[in-house]
Amino acid sequence: MFGLKKSFSVHKGFGLTLGITLFYLGLMLIIPLSTLFFKTFSLTWESFWATVTDERVMKAYQVSFGTAFLAAGVNLIFGTLIAWVLVRYQFFGKRILDALIDFPFALPTAVAGICLTTLFAGSGWVGHYLELAGIQVVFTQWGIVIALIFITLPFSVRSIQPVLEDLNPEVEEAAISLGANRWQLFSRIIVPELLPAAFAGFTLSFARALGEYGSVVFISGNLPFKTEIAPLLIVTKLEQYDYTGATSIAVVLLIFSFITLIILNSLQSLNRTWKSRN
Amino acid sequence: MSILIENLTKKFGTFTAVDQLSLTVNDGELLALLGPSGCGKTTLLRMIAGLENPDQGTIKFHENENQVTENRIGFVFQHYALFRHMTVFENVAFGLKVKPRSIRPSKEAIRSKVFDLLKMVQLDWAVNRLPSELSGGQRQRVALARALAIEPKVLLLDEPFGALDAKVRKELRRWLRHLHDELKITSVFVTHDQEEALEVSDRIVIMNQGKILQQGTPEEVYAHPANPFVFNFLGNVNLFHGRIENGEANQVGFVRPHDISIEVTPNGLDRFEAVVDRVFSIGNLTRVELKLTESGRFVDSEISKETFDKLQIKTGDKVFIKLNKIKVFQADQNQPEYSI
Repeated sequence: MFGLKKSFSVHKGFGLTLGITLFYLGLMLIIPLSTLFFKTFSLTWESFWATVTDERVMKAYQVSFGTAFLAAGVNLIFGTLIAWVLVRYQFFGKRILDALIDFPFALPTAVAGICLTTLFAGSGWVGHYLELAGIQVVFTQWGIVIALIFITLPFSVRSIQPVLEDLNPEVEEAAISLGANRWQLFSRIIVPELLPAAFAGFTLSFARALGEYGSVVFISGNLPFKTEIAPLLIVTKLEQYDYTGATSIAVVLLIFSFITLIILNSLQSLNRTWKSRN
Repeated sequence: MSILIENLTKKFGTFTAVDQLSLTVNDGELLALLGPSGCGKTTLLRMIAGLENPDQGTIKFHENENQVTENRIGFVFQHYALFRHMTVFENVAFGLKVKPRSIRPSKEAIRSKVFDLLKMVQLDWAVNRLPSELSGGQRQRVALARALAIEPKVLLLDEPFGALDAKVRKELRRWLRHLHDELKITSVFVTHDQEEALEVSDRIVIMNQGKILQQGTPEEVYAHPANPFVFNFLGNVNLFHGRIENGEANQVGFVRPHDISIEVTPNGLDRFEAVVDRVFSIGNLTRVELKLTESGRFVDSEISKETFDKLQIKTGDKVFIKLNKIKVFQADQNQPEYSI
C-alpha cells in the first residue's frame, strides 16, 4: 500500500523540497530568531519581566500597537477604494498609478520619514495649513500614523486587487437581476468576497507597521511616554549596550507579531478554500 | 407576458453585435435563439434582461395587451453565477431577501417558498450545501430555482446547458421543457446547439451576424430552411455543385445525409456512382462515407443498421446513391462554401 503510494505519487519531489524548505527557513529565519530568545533567556524571569513591564516600555507598546492598528485600519478602507478604482475603471495614467502603489516598498524608509516630516512640519507645504487649522502632526502620534499609512499602503492594495480582478461580473449581474440595489450588491455580494483578502491585507499592514522604525523616528520626535515606539526603544537599549533589555522587548514584540501572522495565514487559507471550491 | 422588440441595434466599437433586429416573443412560449458564436444572440438576450443598453430601438413588455414598465425578469447564466459564499438556501432566498421591506415576505414565507422551489428542482436535500459542493447540473438547477424565486414574468437563459456534459445536458433539457409546460413563463434561451433548440423550443429564431435569418417552429425551420446558412446550421449536409436540370448556372443542391439512400445496382437513371470509403455505426444508425466516382467529392449517407446489413457492402465496394430530397439554392446566396 505504502509502496504503491510512493511510486505513483504526483508529488515526487516532496522529500527533497521539504528538506530544502526546512534548511532554508532554519538558516534564514529560525536560527537568527532563536538567538534572540537565547540571549533573552540569559536574564532571570524577574529582570525580564521588569524590563518588559517598565512603564516607558509598556507605553511604547501601546503607542506601537495603537498606531499600527489605526494605520492598518485606514489602509483597509482606502486601500480597498484604490484597488477598486484600479480594477474597475479605465482612465489615463492608470498603469503609472498602479506602479506607484509599490513605491513605498522600494523607497528607503528613512527617506520616506524625512519627506513626510518636511511636508508635515510647521514650515512644510501641508503642515503650514494644518498648523493654521490648529492641527499638529509632526512629533505627535498622528505623525506616526501617517508614516505607517505611507509604508503599509501597498500591502492592503495588493491583497485586495487580485481578488477584485477575479470577481465574476456575472455574479454581480445575477444579484442585480434578482432585484438587489447598489448597497445590497456591495454589502451582500462584494464585501463577503473581499473580506478574507481585506483582512489578510489588514494583518499584513499591521504586522509590518509594528516593526517599522526608519520612517517613524523622524516624524515622531521620539518623546518618551508620548511618541516613542517599541522598535525605537530597542535601538535605544542597543545603543546603551543593554543587549538583553533590547532582546526582551523584541521577544514580546515578536510574539505579538507571530500571533498576528497566524491569524493572517488562517484567513488566507480560508480565502483559498473558497477559491479552490469554485 | 409578451416581448416586442423593434429595430434593435447594438455596437461594440466598430463591431455590430445586433443589427436593426425586430422580434416578437409571444406570451408563454419557449423561444430558442440559435446561431453560431458571435452572432449576437447573447447580446440580444442581455438587452432584453436590461444588462446591456441598446444603441437604437426599443424593447417593450406587454401584459394582456397593456404595456408594462415594471417587469420581473429571471436570468440564468451559462456558468451559473451562484453566490459562492452562500448556501443553496441563501442563494435561492436572495431575490426575496433583497426586496424592499414593505413588500418583503416574512421569514417563514421565504423559507417555505425556497423549500418548494428546491423540491421542484429536486435539490431539497442540498439546502445547506455550498455551491462548490454540487455538480454542474445541480448548480444550474440551483441557479434556475434562484431565478424563479422572484416569480419572473420572463425567464431568460444564456446557454444554460453549455457548460455541462452531454448526458446531463440532455436530461436537463427535457426537464426544462417539463418545467416550462408546468409554469408557462415566457422564456427565451440562447444556444448554439441546433439539437437542443430543435428538441426543447416552441419556436426557433436563427441568427447570424446580428440579424434574424429565419424563425418558425422546429419542424418548419428544419423542413423548409430559408437559405443555405440555415440549412447548414440545422444539421449535417451534403453539397452537390453544378448545373441542375433546368440549366441555370451555379446552383448548389443541399441534401441531408439521411436523404441519401444506397443501392448495389442502379434502379433508375438519376443515380450517382460512388465507392464506399468508410463505414461506422452508432447504435441503430450507420453512417457511410462515399466518394463520388465522377467528381471525386465525398458525401455522407445515413441509413439504418438494418438497411446496411441487407446491402452487404464494405469499404471499397462500388455502389449507387439516390438523392431522395434535394434543396436547391443559388450559389451566390451561398456566401462562403460550407464544409460538410
